[in-house]
Amino acid sequence: MIVNVENPVLEIHDLTVTYSRKPVLWGVDLTLPKGSLVGIIGPNGAGKSTLIKAAMDLIPKSSGWVEIFGEDLKKVRKKISYVPQRESVDWDFPASVRDVVVMGRYADIGLFKRPRKADYEAADYALKQVKLSEFSNRQISQLSGGQQQRVFLARALAQQADLYFMDEPFAGVDAATEKAIINILKQMSEQGKTVVVVHHDLQTVTKYFDWLVQLNTRLVASGPIEQVFTQELLQETYGGKLTLLSDVSTLMHTQQLPVRDKT
Amino acid sequence: MEDFITFFSFQDPNIRYVVAGSILIAVSSAIVGCFTFLKKKALVGDAVAHSVLPGICLSFILTGTKNPIYIIIGAFVTGWISLILIDYITRFSKIKEDTAIGLILSVFFGIGVLLLTMIQHNGNASQTGLDSFLFGKAAALVGYDLLIFSIISIILLLAVILFFKEFTLISFDENFAKSIGFPVKRLELVLTTLTVLAVVTGIQAVGVVLMAAMLITPSAAAKFWTNKLNIMLILAAVFAAFSSISGAFISFTSPSMPTGPWIVMVISIIALTSFFFAPRHGILYNIIKQRSIKKRILHENILKLFYQLGERENDFNASRSIDNILEKRTIKLGALKPGLRHLTKQGFLSKNKNFWTLTTEGKTKGQRIVKLHRLWEVYLTKYLRIAPDHVHEDADNIEHFLTPELEKRLENLLNYPESDPHSSAIPYDQITS
Ligand SMILES: Nc1ncnc2c1ncn2[C@@H]1O[C@H](COP(=O)(O)OP(=O)(O)OP(=O)(O)O)[C@@H](O)[C@H]1O
Ligand SMILES: [Mg+2]
Repeated sequence: MIVNVENPVLEIHDLTVTYSRKPVLWGVDLTLPKGSLVGIIGPNGAGKSTLIKAAMDLIPKSSGWVEIFGEDLKKVRKKISYVPQRESVDWDFPASVRDVVVMGRYADIGLFKRPRKADYEAADYALKQVKLSEFSNRQISQLSGGQQQRVFLARALAQQADLYFMDEPFAGVDAATEKAIINILKQMSEQGKTVVVVHHDLQTVTKYFDWLVQLNTRLVASGPIEQVFTQELLQETYGGKLTLLSDVSTLMHTQQLPVRDKT
Repeated sequence: MEDFITFFSFQDPNIRYVVAGSILIAVSSAIVGCFTFLKKKALVGDAVAHSVLPGICLSFILTGTKNPIYIIIGAFVTGWISLILIDYITRFSKIKEDTAIGLILSVFFGIGVLLLTMIQHNGNASQTGLDSFLFGKAAALVGYDLLIFSIISIILLLAVILFFKEFTLISFDENFAKSIGFPVKRLELVLTTLTVLAVVTGIQAVGVVLMAAMLITPSAAAKFWTNKLNIMLILAAVFAAFSSISGAFISFTSPSMPTGPWIVMVISIIALTSFFFAPRHGILYNIIKQRSIKKRILHENILKLFYQLGERENDFNASRSIDNILEKRTIKLGALKPGLRHLTKQGFLSKNKNFWTLTTEGKTKGQRIVKLHRLWEVYLTKYLRIAPDHVHEDADNIEHFLTPELEKRLENLLNYPESDPHSSAIPYDQITS
């Protein structure tokens, strides 16, 4: 069940992504409405992170295209923010909390220029929003997992974007922090910003999101939460029905078969 | 001693130039190396260092001179080819990166040594000194060569300053850098080019074999001392400068000594020292920290004993001898005596001849530990359903680590129980109203 919208913030058309010929996303078509708080769910290895990375053009696509705000990604990059999975960086890196948050301003600052006073103030404001002000000079290696996650969120806030992609912002975060983060996200969506969140906890899906994307290599569902958060569709996403697909996908990998001809 | 004075007075212009040149070279490769290190590309640095040898030899064979410009071009070319090959192998075959690096490194170095032997057997008069590329020879760094290599080093330093923000970002979070539209591929290309250049100049000082150490060790040592990137860069530079002065001095006093191994020796000693002594990360620091935790536990245990004895006899002001204490619980005399001494000095106990008494502060402290112990026992039995006869040992440990904040939460959660699972009363602070 795939619901499409007029004037979408994000439009993905026939997207296929493969890693060394193993398809991990297969023919994904989807549109997302402006100002929505979108949840992406699916089992481990379903391609959730891959979907976000492909949308941000961080990895090559085998086929398909992505349009954001009706334009090519390159033209609107400054209006988009990406929050990677926390484990994707080495937190032992010599940097302070403020150093990392100020990175959210780098797109604005441009190449070869140093952050200005205003950038540090924007960073401090973002830190205040995620309640990390007193940690601003702390080394990032000395933070707990939940605090690290909030540092990433603060960096994204400092970007002042219109569309946010967040990869598992609730992973390893305690209940209180999760609540604080979701409140910030809800505020952002009330201000007309679109927030796309990879999520794992089915219990909270209906409470958090107003739009849901269900993914398992192919797109199972995309639509308003009341329409697509159904037993049947969840069964399709998480159940065994897709084993055939994953078998085929493994076959293509082992036989080195092309998924799509690029010609 | 005389050597020392001649060397460090820098009267001899020759010495001055050699030292200045080798410092510059070492510092620039250490600074570039910081980013190589942070990007976890140490092995790649090693591969490049070994792969420049065939380039050096080839450019000598082709031009017949040791002109540094040709040498640099040759080294640069084979250094880059090795990187491209490593990248190609990892991308298009199932071979993992470390294996590919090992493969390329040995093949290129093998070819280099082969060419070097060939040149030496040809008996070309000007070939002498080419083998100094193996282990480095800072003393040969004079005149035109010195000028060229110094210029390259200065360019390297300026480039790192210019690209500081960009290199930091791509070292920390490459995907984020891509997502905000930074030209990550091109920045990586610049950083790799700088690394190759740093290697090419660095081998003048330490030689091909040990170049990777010169690139990585200063930053690895510096990382032990700081969590700030700019300070790490400065420290790495200082370490590199110090070791290259030492290396130059040693090869000045005994000219048969190659500079390179000595520079690397000194920087390795610095790294080892950092490994043992640096705060927070160093081993010694951790040992000291463990010791001080042990001591704190001992002191708290003694106060706890005094409190428990007082509880038993319903007299907290009684004076007690060592024998009284040992009768309740065995503590090694070697630890107990200094423990008592310390607690007396800190005012938690008062001493009269061979008897000790709890002061008010000592009693409060002992009482808190007893309370935490018993609260924790209640928590374990009630919330984790652990049998009452199994909770004591665990509580003996945890009682020393519960922070005041956790203490509050524990009290609220359990709602101030009256006694522990062994029916000993839990002593709370007297609430004075
Ligand atoms: N760099 C890579 N090289 C090869 N295969 C990859 C790579 N990254 C991901 N994959 C594979 O692609 C598939 C999808 O990965 P992806 O990270 O998108 O999953 P996910 O839905 O985000 O899972 P998770 O819930 O575990 O984060 C997985 O099978 C994974 O093994
Ligand atoms: Mg993922």
